[in-house]
Amino acid sequence: MTRLIELLINGLSLGSVYALIALGFVVIFRATEVVNFAHASLLLLGGYVTAVLHDDLGFLGGLAVGVLAAAAAGALIELVLLRRAKARRDVVAIATIGIDIVLMAELSRRLGTSVMSLGDPWQDRVVVLGGVTIAQTRVAALVVAAVLIALFLLAFKYTPWGVSMRAVAEDSETSALMGIRLGRISMSAWAVAGALAAVAAVFITAFPTPGLDRTSSIAALKAFPAAILGGLDSVTGALVGGLLIGVTEALVGGYQNDLTFLGRGLGDVAPYVVMIVILLVRPSGLFGTREVSRV
Amino acid sequence: MSKARYLPLLLLLLPPFYLDLFWLQAGLFVMAAAIGAIGLNLLTGSTGQLSMGHSFFLAVGAYGYVYFAGDETDDLTGLGLPPLLAVVCAVALAGLAGLAFSPIAGRLSGVYLGIASLALIFLGQHVLFNVHDVTGGYNGRAVPPMEAFGFAFDGTGDVVVLGIAFGALEKLWFLGLLLLGLAALFALGVLKGRPGRAMNLIRDQQTAAGVLGIPVARTRAAVFTLSSMYAGLGGVLLALTFQRAVPDYFGMLLALDYLAMIVIGGLGSVSGAVIGATFVTLLPQLLTRYSDALPLVAPTGTGGVSPSDAARYLYGAAVVGIVLFLPAGLRGLRIPSLTPRKESTP
Repeated sequence: MTRLIELLINGLSLGSVYALIALGFVVIFRATEVVNFAHASLLLLGGYVTAVLHDDLGFLGGLAVGVLAAAAAGALIELVLLRRAKARRDVVAIATIGIDIVLMAELSRRLGTSVMSLGDPWQDRVVVLGGVTIAQTRVAALVVAAVLIALFLLAFKYTPWGVSMRAVAEDSETSALMGIRLGRISMSAWAVAGALAAVAAVFITAFPTPGLDRTSSIAALKAFPAAILGGLDSVTGALVGGLLIGVTEALVGGYQNDLTFLGRGLGDVAPYVVMIVILLVRPSGLFGTREVSRV
Repeated sequence: MSKARYLPLLLLLLPPFYLDLFWLQAGLFVMAAAIGAIGLNLLTGSTGQLSMGHSFFLAVGAYGYVYFAGDETDDLTGLGLPPLLAVVCAVALAGLAGLAFSPIAGRLSGVYLGIASLALIFLGQHVLFNVHDVTGGYNGRAVPPMEAFGFAFDGTGDVVVLGIAFGALEKLWFLGLLLLGLAALFALGVLKGRPGRAMNLIRDQQTAAGVLGIPVARTRAAVFTLSSMYAGLGGVLLALTFQRAVPDYFGMLLALDYLAMIVIGGLGSVSGAVIGATFVTLLPQLLTRYSDALPLVAPTGTGGVSPSDAARYLYGAAVVGIVLFLPAGLRGLRIPSLTPRKESTP
């Protein structure tokens, strides 16, 4: 029983990190209708900058620069690519794959075979509560993700920025006519998404994961199924999808010794299986807007 | 225009007589990639359905062939079929795998399918690493050589043509050309006829397509299946050229390479796919070959920018640049002295 509770808490914590990544992904899609395939490499960039600088600047300083770097990279992609490209939106999505190829090649070349620590203050300490053992990083991930998501939702609902963001998602032409600067909105969406991804990088690579290496982006990729099974254009969907993926991964990973007939490393595949099953029943995700065309 | 402009294609028959094995192998990789890219371009370029799962179907083709043609050994299973039959079975198997994905491929549109098909890569890698007796696990498995009508495409037999001894690669070159030619002709036929127009309309105006009576979901699923068969054939040729199939190769990076190919060459056209495949496949080979003569590129393992990394920077940047400045891809580049001026219609 304690094992199940441990796994559930770990899953929720992992899921909240995925939700953080998926949230950025959804924000970009809502603001610009482009799927950002470079999201995993933005996360790797943020993590890498933090890992390099945490010795000199301390963890928080390094993280701050990492967040800024990822946000700036996101904004730069918007400025250079999205604003100028006149191609169809799904072709622009493929162009973000080009950016992903370049960023990923450069970062994995720099990382080589090394495993870097991001220097988080929790290290490998654990909390024991009534027989249940949880790593401190997992608790921190849950708390930080919850706070950031709450802040984001409040900003999305009440600040002028959030209101204009929602207006643009609803009808970009009308909102441009009402005086909303489309360029600024979409650039800020990319910057926010990059920043969220950089924060997520800390918890993707923290204990019990060994650290930041070239495979960290594979973990970040699991935010893609999270975003799409919740519905690409739904903020609620990103949160629910993230938690669902996280809990699935933790449970399947935890009980994989009972599931050996399905092969090793099942925890990494399970999220994708869940995504396929959900898409079979609801093609536009759990909370996504259904495509309805009226003729 | 006259048919004479296709005559230069005959030059492709010459390389086995002049080039060394390195270039023949590179050329065969290009042909295999081109077949796969034509398939992906039918799906992504012409129908507007993004797929990140293309490398999975390449793997199905490659391992399908190895399994059907391979012999039973202590730790590996194989059916030991005649290689020609094995090729047909492998392509059919890839098609079946594509068909099995059709409930998803038919219903999801565009980028949604792109993300959903990520699942194929990860599921595929999982299966490939775990089905030891078919794939040989991490270290892969040797590929049995091709053989058709008693003629073996390997180093055996003293085949000498015009004073050149023909080994495996020389023989495979002509097989590759034949397969690529057939694949290209078939795709051209699909694109020119009713299916091609239906596919383009689904890409541009999904609702209009439905109103005109085109079964949108069924067409999408059919194109997905066709493209996976192309990938299967490409995978077979790839396996024959490598002579060893390793699961690790068929991962995410390969799928991204194929998407880069069709964007660089030109979306929605057969020649674009071939040009893109040539660019993306030859670039790392060229950089590796001439790495000591190039500035900024260091040989692999010395810590600098390795040729394969340099190639990635270049074609990653090429993808972005082409989307921004050359929407029709490299195929859209017109060299004024070679291209006849279009008759302007009044």
